[in-house]
Amino acid sequence: MLEQYIPVFLVIGFAIIFAGATVFSSEIFGPKRPTAEKLSTYESGMKPIGTTNERISVKYYLVAMFFIIFDLEVIFVYPWAVQFKKMFSDIGMPVFYSMLVFLIVLELGYLYAYKKGGFKWD
Amino acid sequence: MSIWETIIFSLIKILIIVHVMLITVSYLVYFERKISAWAQNRLGPNRVGWKGLLQPFADVLKLLLKEDIVPNQANKPIHTLAPLLALFVAFTTYAVIPFGPDLKIFGYTIPLVVADINVGILYVLALTSLGVYAITFAGWSSGSKYSLLGGIRSSAQMISYEISMGFSIGGVLLLSQSLRPEAIVASQSGWMWNAILQPIGFITFLVSAFAETNRLPFDLPEAEPELVGGFHTEYSSMKFAGFFLAEYANMIIASALIVTLYLGGWQFPYLETFGLPYGWYVAISVLTFLFKEALLLFFFIWVRWSLPRFRYDQLMNLGWKVMFPLSLLNIVWVAGLIMIFKI
Repeated sequence: MLEQYIPVFLVIGFAIIFAGATVFSSEIFGPKRPTAEKLSTYESGMKPIGTTNERISVKYYLVAMFFIIFDLEVIFVYPWAVQFKKMFSDIGMPVFYSMLVFLIVLELGYLYAYKKGGFKWD
Repeated sequence: MSIWETIIFSLIKILIIVHVMLITVSYLVYFERKISAWAQNRLGPNRVGWKGLLQPFADVLKLLLKEDIVPNQANKPIHTLAPLLALFVAFTTYAVIPFGPDLKIFGYTIPLVVADINVGILYVLALTSLGVYAITFAGWSSGSKYSLLGGIRSSAQMISYEISMGFSIGGVLLLSQSLRPEAIVASQSGWMWNAILQPIGFITFLVSAFAETNRLPFDLPEAEPELVGGFHTEYSSMKFAGFFLAEYANMIIASALIVTLYLGGWQFPYLETFGLPYGWYVAISVLTFLFKEALLLFFFIWVRWSLPRFRYDQLMNLGWKVMFPLSLLNIVWVAGLIMIFKI
């Protein structure tokens, strides 16, 4: 059973080596002539103003929260989707209705977030 | 097969696929420039080699010999980790994508997929989620305002579209009854392609794939007129090349996924009824896969040079108010198809 995963580990090992070789090759081949101007932050040729350690708009956290709420539901749909055909021939319509109830509850939550102005971007 | 044989065959497959991907990426960049030139009535690269065909090698060589600049404001470990992560994700996802039927050679039966695992689709979803970190880290650690804005926008965009992507795949699973990519391909024999049976799911997945790969019309993370280079403004040399490579490799992976999930995978409709020798059957199947893949890659480039860029609010509206309800509707649609037509 675990044998199936040997290729996955090989792929992962290969990807790590490949990524490392690509990123660090320029340290070997490229020149090293740093100057103060070269190492300063790029701001279209102006002197950089302030740093980036400032507060980020709360809207982005809201997006992250919606993502967590709705992306979790995907995982609840998958087992049902995989079993649907088999269970439908065994049990019939209740299999579909149970999922419909779940989706409607999900949609209600979505409409609530919509009404509250959660999806207003500007 | 013994463990050693598995390891040797996997290594051969990995080496072949990685080389094919690298060559495709370099020529994809070349074709992107040629097609853009054609779309804008220019000539495009035509100086290095015949018709500019050696241009990709010249580009790589140039990037390799450039100085690797890490700005003072940057957080060095994370600044280095970001391109590593981007490349890692781009070069691990191909593992579960089947590109042909079982190859029978020298008494061995070799499946033409690197890892035939039951959780294939979950593996892909997990890795694409990891890809968000690469861009967020790059944006945050550079210490530049352009990078930060690009990184934040990009993470918001990618997580928004991941939801509709996940729900669209739900429709595919209803028909395949398995998360194994091989089973998904097998469930689309003949013309029973998912793109035909569930057009809504196909469109939502296609749009989400464009958003996940940061391609135009969704390339806000690197919107040149407003954010210079976006999250990779402060990257140079091979670290920049890493992001570039990862972007194009992701494009190849995304098209391969679309082919596998919605366009019948490697199957040429009704090829098994033609009565060809098995070797020809395998060869034509692999060529069919490559042909579908090439068409989708052309589509990616074509869209890029035809459509203007979305504004941030339009992008998020499309993701949350159109794609999300549509992908839910798609699940009900497919369940209805199964219940009414018993397919």
